[in-house]
Amino acid sequence: MARKPRVAVMKFASCDGCQLSLLDAEDELLAVCDRLDFVYFAEASSVLQPGPYDIAVVEGSITTVEDEQRIRELRACSTRLVTIGACATAGGIQALRAWGDSQEWIRTIYPRPEYIHALATSTPIAAHVLVDYELHGCPINAHQLIEVLIAFASGRSPNIPAHSVCLDCKRRGTVCVMVARGQACLGPITRTGCGALCPTYNRGCYGCFGPVDGGNAPPLLAEFRRQGHAAEQLVPLLRNFNATAPLFREAGESLLDNPTDDR
Amino acid sequence: MTDGETINVPILTRVEGEGALTIRLKDGQLDDVQLRIYEPPRMFETLLRGRPLEDAPDITARICGICPVAYQMSSVHALEQALGVAITPQIRRLRRLLYCGEWIESHALHVHLLHTPDFFGESSGIELARRFPDEVRRGLRLKKHGNDLVAAIGGRAIHPVNVAVGGFHRWPPREELRKLIHDFEWGLQAAMEAARWTASFPYPQLENDYEFVAVSHPDEYAMNEGDIASSKLSTIPVDQYPMVFVEHQVPHSTALQAVRLPARSNYLLGPLSRVNLNRNRLRPEARQLADEIGFPAMCSNPYRGIQARCLEVVHAYGEALEILRELDFSGPHRLPYQARAAVGRAATEAPRGLLFHEYEIDAAGKIVQARIVPPTSQNQGQIECDLRKQLTWQLTTATTREALARQAEQLVRSYDPCISCATHFLKIQWKNS
Ligand code: SF4
Ligand code: SF4
Repeated sequence: MARKPRVAVMKFASCDGCQLSLLDAEDELLAVCDRLDFVYFAEASSVLQPGPYDIAVVEGSITTVEDEQRIRELRACSTRLVTIGACATAGGIQALRAWGDSQEWIRTIYPRPEYIHALATSTPIAAHVLVDYELHGCPINAHQLIEVLIAFASGRSPNIPAHSVCLDCKRRGTVCVMVARGQACLGPITRTGCGALCPTYNRGCYGCFGPVDGGNAPPLLAEFRRQGHAAEQLVPLLRNFNATAPLFREAGESLLDNPTDDR
Repeated sequence: MTDGETINVPILTRVEGEGALTIRLKDGQLDDVQLRIYEPPRMFETLLRGRPLEDAPDITARICGICPVAYQMSSVHALEQALGVAITPQIRRLRRLLYCGEWIESHALHVHLLHTPDFFGESSGIELARRFPDEVRRGLRLKKHGNDLVAAIGGRAIHPVNVAVGGFHRWPPREELRKLIHDFEWGLQAAMEAARWTASFPYPQLENDYEFVAVSHPDEYAMNEGDIASSKLSTIPVDQYPMVFVEHQVPHSTALQAVRLPARSNYLLGPLSRVNLNRNRLRPEARQLADEIGFPAMCSNPYRGIQARCLEVVHAYGEALEILRELDFSGPHRLPYQARAAVGRAATEAPRGLLFHEYEIDAAGKIVQARIVPPTSQNQGQIECDLRKQLTWQLTTATTREALARQAEQLVRSYDPCISCATHFLKIQWKNS
C-alpha cells in the first residue's frame, strides 16, 4: 500500500467542538489512525509538521486579516481541503456581526490601540479559497467526518446523505412538533446529519446543520405565520449558526421586508 | 524557537484554542513573560444583544466545544435569577448529573490525552499509549462515559440540545440513563485507579502563594450553586462578583484578564482551588482517596492540578451513580415564567473553574446586555505570574533555552487553559474590505 495520507487539522475562529468530535469518536479513531497520518493536529499532539499535506481539515471562519493569509497558505500546500462545521462552511455564530450596527459595536470596544486586526465580517472558508468538500453541522457529525476522510484516503467520493431533517423525523416516527405543538421548526429546510435530534426533545430544529440543498423556505415561513409566529421570533431562529447561508439569510430578509404579513 | 533574547512558543499545543508564549530575557535575566491569546474574538456578548433570552444557552454553548454544558448552566441560572424562577429539586439534580458528565469527559481528556504526556516526555496521548496502553485506553473509556452521559441527557455530547431556561425541554429517556449504570460502576473503580496512577508521577517542584477561589456550598461539592469562597478573603454572594472581580485589558491577548479587588491581585480558579476549598464536601470515596494518595491540604503546586482533576472525576462518578440509581422525574421538566425587566447573575463551576454570566433582560424577554467571564481569562494573570516564578528560578540553573520553552509550555498546560473562550475582545480594528 502507498504511504498514508498526511492530514492537517487547522483551526480558525471556532469553538473547537468540530475537531474535538474527532477525538470523541474513540471507537473509530484508532481505525482512522491506521489509514491516515495526522501530522498537524495542535489540539492532540505537540509534533507539528509543516506541509505539504494530502488532506487539510479546516475548522472555523475567517475573521482576521492574518487568517485570510493563513488559509491561502494552507490551501497552497494541501491537495484536498475539507471544511468542517458551520463556522467553516457558513461563518458560524460569529457571522452575526454582519447585521450589527458596526458603529454601535465599535462603541463597546475598548479605547486602547489595536493589536489584532479583526474584520467586520466572519466568512466561510469557501469565500477565500477553493474547498473540495464541505461538511456541515454545529457541531459536525464525527462519523460523517470519518467517512469523508476514509473516502478521500481510498480515492472515492464520500457518501453523505443530503436529505432534510424533516424526512428523518418521519423515518424515526417522531411526532411532528409543528403539527402537535405548534412550534416553529426548521427541519423541512435543514440538512440531515443529526438524526433529527431536536424534535425528539420536544423542540423545533434551529438549523444547526444549515440549509438542505434545494430547500424551499417561503411555504414554510407562510406556515409559521399562519400558526401565529411573529417575524420577531422567526428572524433570530434563522439567524444563528448558519445565518449567512443564502437560504436562511434570504428567508430572514423576506420576513423583515414583510414583518406584519399574516397570510 | 529562540531568537537572541526572546524565546517563543508560537503555538501552544494540547490546549483548547489558540495561544502562544513569549519569554523575553535581558542580560540573561527574565524581562517579561506573556501568555498570548490570539484566538480571534467572536464577540458573543455583543451578538446576544436584542435576541430572545431563550437563545442564551444554545448560543453561549458555542463559546467552547469542550465545556458547552458549563455555558448552558451559567446562562440558564443567571436568566432564571433575573426571571425569578426557582427550579425544582428534580431539575436541579438532573442538571448536576449533566454537569458530572461534562466534568468526567473534560477532565478525562485533559488528564490522559493532553497533560500526562508531559510527565513522560511524550508528544501526544497516542504516543503515550505506546508506553501505557492500558492506562490510556482506560482514560479514553472514562472520557467516553462522560460523553455518553451528556448525550443521554442532552441528545449529543457536544452542544447538547436539551437545556432550557426554566429546566429542560423534556425529561431524558430513563432507559438510556439506566443503561449507563453498569459502565459507571466500572468507571468509578477505574477513575480511582487513574487517580492512584497520577499519584506516582514525577512532579516538578513549584509552590505558589495562591488565592484559591471557587464556588462553595454548605451541603455539597459545589457545581451550580453556592457562594464564592476564597482562601484569603471572605466569602461573597455571587451577586457581588462584579464588585470584587474586575477585568482589565492587556495588550498581548484578545481575552480580558481579571483581577481581584482591593489589591488587583491574581487568583486561581479550577480543580485545585475547588478541591482545596471544598475537600470536606467531596464524596467519601473521593475524600478517602485524596488522603490515601497523600494529596496535600491546600496544595499549591500547579502541576498537581492533574490529581485534583482525578479526584473530581471520582466524585463525579460517585454522584452520577447515586442520581442514576434513583432517577426522579416527577414534577414539571420545565417551569413557566413571565418576562420582566431585570438583571440576573450566576456563577457555576466549569471544568476549568468559575464561569460567571450576567444578563440584563427587558419586559419583552430580550437580552439587553450580557457579560461572560470565562475561567481562563481569570487564570491568565496567575499563569503568567507562575511562569515568571518558574523561569526566574530556572535561569539560575543551567537550563537550555529549548528546555525553558518546553517546561514553560508544560506549566501552562497544567492549568488546562481553554483559550477558545476569548469571548471578550480588546482591540479591534475594523477593516472593511
Ligand atoms: S461549527 Fe459549531 S461546533 Fe463547530 S467549531 Fe463552529 S461553533 Fe464549534
Ligand atoms: S434538529 Fe436541527 S438544530 Fe437540532 S441538532 Fe438537528 S439540525 Fe441541529
